[in-house]
Amino acid sequence: MADVITRDTAAAAMTAGRMEGPRGAKPKRSISPRNVFIYGTLLLVSIYYLLPLYVMIVTSLKGMPEIRLGNIFAPPVEITFEPWVKAWATACTGLNCDGLSRGFWNSVQITVPSVILSIAIASVNGYALANWRFKGADVFFTILIFGAFIPYQVMLYPIVILLRELGIYGTLWGLILVHTIFGMPILTLLFRNYFTTVPEELFKAARVDGAGFWGIYFKIMLPMSLPIFVVAMIIQITGIWNDFLFGVVYTKPDVYPMTVQLNNIVNSVQGVKEYNVNMAATIITGLVPLFIYFVSGKLFVRGIAAGAVKG
Amino acid sequence: MTSVSIRDLTLKFGSLEVLKSLNLDIDEGEFLVLLGPSGCGKSTLLNCIAGLLDISDGQIFIGGNNVTWSEPSERGIGMVFQSYALYPQMSVEGNLAFGLKNARMPKDEIEKRIARAAEVLQIEPLLKRKPAQLSGGQRQRVAIGRALVRDVDVFLFDEPLSNLDAKLRAELRVEIKRLHHRLKNTMIYVTHDQIEALTLADRIAIMRNGIIQQLDTPHEIYNRPVNLYVAGFMGSPGMNFIEGELSHHSEAALNFSSTKVPLGRYPFASDDRPGKAIFGIRPEHVSCGAAASDEPFSIDVEIEVVEPMGADTLVWAVLDGREFRFRVDGQSELRAGQTTRIGFDPAKASIFDAQTELRL
Repeated sequence: MADVITRDTAAAAMTAGRMEGPRGAKPKRSISPRNVFIYGTLLLVSIYYLLPLYVMIVTSLKGMPEIRLGNIFAPPVEITFEPWVKAWATACTGLNCDGLSRGFWNSVQITVPSVILSIAIASVNGYALANWRFKGADVFFTILIFGAFIPYQVMLYPIVILLRELGIYGTLWGLILVHTIFGMPILTLLFRNYFTTVPEELFKAARVDGAGFWGIYFKIMLPMSLPIFVVAMIIQITGIWNDFLFGVVYTKPDVYPMTVQLNNIVNSVQGVKEYNVNMAATIITGLVPLFIYFVSGKLFVRGIAAGAVKG
Repeated sequence: MTSVSIRDLTLKFGSLEVLKSLNLDIDEGEFLVLLGPSGCGKSTLLNCIAGLLDISDGQIFIGGNNVTWSEPSERGIGMVFQSYALYPQMSVEGNLAFGLKNARMPKDEIEKRIARAAEVLQIEPLLKRKPAQLSGGQRQRVAIGRALVRDVDVFLFDEPLSNLDAKLRAELRVEIKRLHHRLKNTMIYVTHDQIEALTLADRIAIMRNGIIQQLDTPHEIYNRPVNLYVAGFMGSPGMNFIEGELSHHSEAALNFSSTKVPLGRYPFASDDRPGKAIFGIRPEHVSCGAAASDEPFSIDVEIEVVEPMGADTLVWAVLDGREFRFRVDGQSELRAGQTTRIGFDPAKASIFDAQTELRL
């Protein structure tokens, strides 16, 4: 009864207009110390990262006389695409004078098979480790993870000998093999962690339904794991495309990847330093990973989150 | 005829024995429920029957064949999981067809079977949908359908209703029972819910620590539990237990504190009786008020707490210094602090050896 009475008086107070004061959604101030701090920081950091890119783009569009004036932040007075064409087609690297184009195609020929091979093998590895608890699985996994912590430099020379004995030293396939193997630890870990988050009952149901090792992999696991494949692809494409060390050690000038050629263009000592060409060449080299990030950014974040939850 | 037969099944994980030399025979068309608390090995046993776990020792026969080393798909079983385990990227139809396609069944036969299963389970309008677009109950029906289309001898259910809310669980429970009446397949059903076990089962196997404690009809298990564990596990609220001294002078009786419960009407299994015993009586076998005096034994108790539950009311009382629960009609006027007379028939009780905890 007492409850009813208080409710009635409250209603009466409201109709009498005595219930004034805040009501509804709380208003938000657009300029508050908190907002100023957050947006200020973001702006500052963005400028810090974007300024070099701006300088590169601007410089690559200038002619050499304009660059010699020294105003590196000034926009080009006269826009020229000459440096871009030169960087792509005629810049000299050692003996060859066909620009980055040769290196670009080399890099494509290295990256595509390495990415496909490493992901194909690592995903099956991860699937086997996560779902088919075979004998020695833990030992195998430990060894593989251990491999991820050994610095590459330690293994450089032994691998030179290995490739030489296999007869593929200095060839594209030699480098592809190296990239595939070095991608294994981190990719296997990535896939294993992802596949352990797939409910075990799904795997059991598929077994009761008569699907075997490959049947479950292709028909159940693969269609469920697009995000993690995208993540693996991004990691591998950017990693292999940007690789310099393996490229310079395990290949010969004819099959140098783009990064090695870029280095040779930028660091060539004969004649004048053509900053505009160097800038253009660097941007061209960086375009592929940049493109990959833009296209798949959303999937990347989703896949990382999905793989990170359980491990 | 026996449908599933398990001989000396042992399963070890390292040095841990999860199942200990377990024997179990299940008749053709029988509905067997494996019941027990979590960690008792009931799901493990089901996985062994399904072939999803490799056993350490023993044999498993299904439909007369030794399937001990067979793949799950070769055993003639269908399985329904707690999480439904539907393939998320396939439509309902795809889910139902997956097992049949793996068995390389001709297309028209697959269609025929899916149509039949969909009709039995009333999921025809859902066939084109993805599992994510289904409700919990619909998903569970599809999961049952996946076992149904494969036309297997034995259905295995692994806590199929645990993920559903109480109302839906009650509905699907009846539906599973109806399905069993209609299909007449052998069904093995794992649950930790005793209501599910009592309502569905032809026979219940109560498990604890990898050992079957009692395998019998729900009626026998409820009324004549073989040991203290089964007696305490079945029934909610649980049985009242009173420890006392057995005396056998002129008439058998149980003595504790100043109370003497005459056991003349209790059907002892043998004449070999120890001194110390535990007397158990279910709360629902206790009568109260005027009816109490008609029972062979009656006593005054003091009421501590009254818990009205709608249809009936649970009363927590003190019987000669011991906690004692009994169930009365929901319209009862009993209040905390009152003293009331209760009575029961010792013939309905269970008496266990205090040492071995076995039924006397």
